[in-house]
Amino acid sequence: MQGNVEVVKNSNHAVKKGLQYYFDQLGMVIILFLLCVAMAIFAPHFLEVNNALNVLKQLSFTAILAAGMTIVILTGGIDLSVGSIVALSGVISVLSLNHGVNPIIAILLGIAVGIVAGFINGYLTAVPKLPSFIVTLGSMTYLRGLALVISGGYPMVLTNSTFKFLGAGSILGIPTPIYIMSLIYLIMFFVLKYTMFGRHVYAIGGNEEAARLTGIKVEKTLIKVYTISGLLAGLTGVVLAGRLFSGQPTAGMEYELQAIAAVILGGTSFVGGFGRIQGTLIGVLIIAVLNNGLTLLNVDSYWQKVVTGAVIVAAVLLDRLRTKR
Amino acid sequence: MQTTLTKESNVGKLALNTKPIMSMESISKSFSNVKVLNDVNIQLYKGEVHALMGENGAGKSTLMKIMAGVHRIDQGKIIYRGQEVQWANPMEARDNGISVIHQEISLSPNLSIGENILMGTNLPKNKLGLVNWNEIHARAEIILRSIGSTLSPHESVSNLSIAQQQMVEIARALSFNSEILIMDEPTASLTDTEIEKLFDIIADLKQKGVAIVYISHRMDEIFRISDRFSVLRDGHGVATGTIDQTNPDHLVKLMVGREVGDLFQRSLRVDDYQSQQPILELNNVSSKGVKSLSMQLYPGEILGVAGLVGAGRTELVRAIFGLSAITEGGVWMEGKKINIQSPSDAMKYGIAHVPESRKEQGLFPNLSVKENIVMAELASYQKKGFIRYKLINHDADQFIERLGVKVATKEQNVMGLSGGNQQKVVIARWLSIKPKILLLDEPTRGVDIGAKTQIHQIISQLAEEGMAILMVSSELPEVLAVSDRILVMHEGKIATTLSGKEATQEKIMYYATGGK
Repeated sequence: MQGNVEVVKNSNHAVKKGLQYYFDQLGMVIILFLLCVAMAIFAPHFLEVNNALNVLKQLSFTAILAAGMTIVILTGGIDLSVGSIVALSGVISVLSLNHGVNPIIAILLGIAVGIVAGFINGYLTAVPKLPSFIVTLGSMTYLRGLALVISGGYPMVLTNSTFKFLGAGSILGIPTPIYIMSLIYLIMFFVLKYTMFGRHVYAIGGNEEAARLTGIKVEKTLIKVYTISGLLAGLTGVVLAGRLFSGQPTAGMEYELQAIAAVILGGTSFVGGFGRIQGTLIGVLIIAVLNNGLTLLNVDSYWQKVVTGAVIVAAVLLDRLRTKR
Repeated sequence: MQTTLTKESNVGKLALNTKPIMSMESISKSFSNVKVLNDVNIQLYKGEVHALMGENGAGKSTLMKIMAGVHRIDQGKIIYRGQEVQWANPMEARDNGISVIHQEISLSPNLSIGENILMGTNLPKNKLGLVNWNEIHARAEIILRSIGSTLSPHESVSNLSIAQQQMVEIARALSFNSEILIMDEPTASLTDTEIEKLFDIIADLKQKGVAIVYISHRMDEIFRISDRFSVLRDGHGVATGTIDQTNPDHLVKLMVGREVGDLFQRSLRVDDYQSQQPILELNNVSSKGVKSLSMQLYPGEILGVAGLVGAGRTELVRAIFGLSAITEGGVWMEGKKINIQSPSDAMKYGIAHVPESRKEQGLFPNLSVKENIVMAELASYQKKGFIRYKLINHDADQFIERLGVKVATKEQNVMGLSGGNQQKVVIARWLSIKPKILLLDEPTRGVDIGAKTQIHQIISQLAEEGMAILMVSSELPEVLAVSDRILVMHEGKIATTLSGKEATQEKIMYYATGGK
């Protein structure tokens, strides 16, 4: 009999809910702004152009991962493997480079590593319907293991200038990774808003069963989502190798957690279906400004970890409060 | 259809001279302004089997859940063992001797039979305060043997057949030393011999003075084991009495005797359209819940599908739409054999499906009204791979106007709409693919009467335009108001096909309850 009973909300409520949604987004912008103001007052050099560029360059790596993480979380899933993909991609591209492979091919190889790893994640999540948490927890471990096996556990030094340009170069005084990150976010914005794939991501996240009944190919879409996340992690691995002048098997450690925290801070709900790529960018900025400010304030790096961790918990708490409404 | 009115015992009648063990007086209950129970009275006596009858949605489940402490009443009072009670939760009701055997099995498959039976009681402990497993299994065994079951309490529930699980459910209900035992369709998944065993148990419980509330759609069972009956219809108690005062025909009349009232009555087709080629034809189709079923659907007709819960109506729709595999037989569309494996296949053939549960299967709760409308047809709104919102806005406006969806703006979140308007949004989504065949599963469930009429008018209009419509509904007045023909299903098969003109609620209920 309860099937006959629907909770009827009036349209006023809907409008209010809509405003609430924008306020949530705005809320994060305000927090970011206040954080910047505080840092500007208390932290020396925070407002300097060099520092700003430095912050952006540093955040661009997790930012690219967070872009992929956003679409994964929008479908109601999670991708814990991106940090390990970063390492494996870096190691394999540098290894192939050192074996005389053309730099462009080496870069593509690194990205391909991400695509393959992501595809496997996606397939296992979509078709045998394993929980994405388990699937990517596993791949996080075995991909990191592979990176260690292939490199023998040591950083592999890189001398190629193309790579260095990608990770540590700059155009018109602005570091290359910032361009790459901006391009990714621009593309992701259009993909999510203006392509069928993007809208299907939202539909699946909102109601997977309804999506299936609506003729949406849920499995294919999910595989694409994880593949994209893997691709972006592969790209990050290559760029990071260029910045570190080496392919490091321990690179990207805990990047997945920073990316997840940024996505949640940016207003994307773990429940799936709710969230925006713009929000993720704000989330990434909040974490980066926080870290940068704490460094400038000479806060002990151990304490920085404590603060960052607390921010992650606060993010989940925010998410809970949001979905409760 | 006439059933012998012999009784297993007369304990129930004797008990009538005493005070009822439970008396529910003037019970009313609403869920967000929908009155589900309205001034219902019911008395239960020690040692009686009380048949609770009513159509789908008459309020039986709600009444049952009130007895068992799941729901609280809005008005009225419950007198139990001479005192007014108000259960805080199901545990409190159970501790006071009220147990329920639910229609759906609610065991933990990962645990042993013994654990399941004693789950929810205070588990026996040993001296160290740890769970005493020997004691659990010993107690469970005693209960199992008392109902004539030979199952071992150590066995894992996941290894049991549905019928065996049902026995465990019964054993569990008995472990609480119930004074009132509510059984909701307990025989639905039992074989004949198991049913006999269950009836023996019921007779035994009656002897022990347990009051049994028995919910079933099977007339023969009702007349075999019940002492008294009560009939609910649209949330009202319409009749109560001893079982020898009634007969199956009379009970059916009591259950369905509803005024058609304000429902929109469509003028049914009188032409001989069934001599044309059917647009959809099923030949001996078997699938999950559907047994070698054959049917035809013609362009421009509304084919109603009636039947009780579990008769296979939704399963039929799911098989046609590619949601459950067809294991036998074939489907023809416009004379050509087709093979539908998935919803997207079905959509390619021009088949649309408005699912049973709007909330779980229909709506995207995170998206706007307009996106909910166009989601099935997004491909046609893209140019060079990009979605053109201008086109979407235009079409969404049209659908909103055509179906009379009441919205503040098409950008608003779909969950802000009333049930009726949400349903129109789901229907609009399916009309956007311009289907030839529209499968509707409970199209007006949880919809107010105004929106209901509008939806009926929309469906009629579509049929007039030549669309073939198959409509599953549990509401007989609705089926009768719009259907040109009516399939009545029973246990996965078509019991009969009635023309809309000749059909009555009584005839439908007769075939739906297994009449031949």
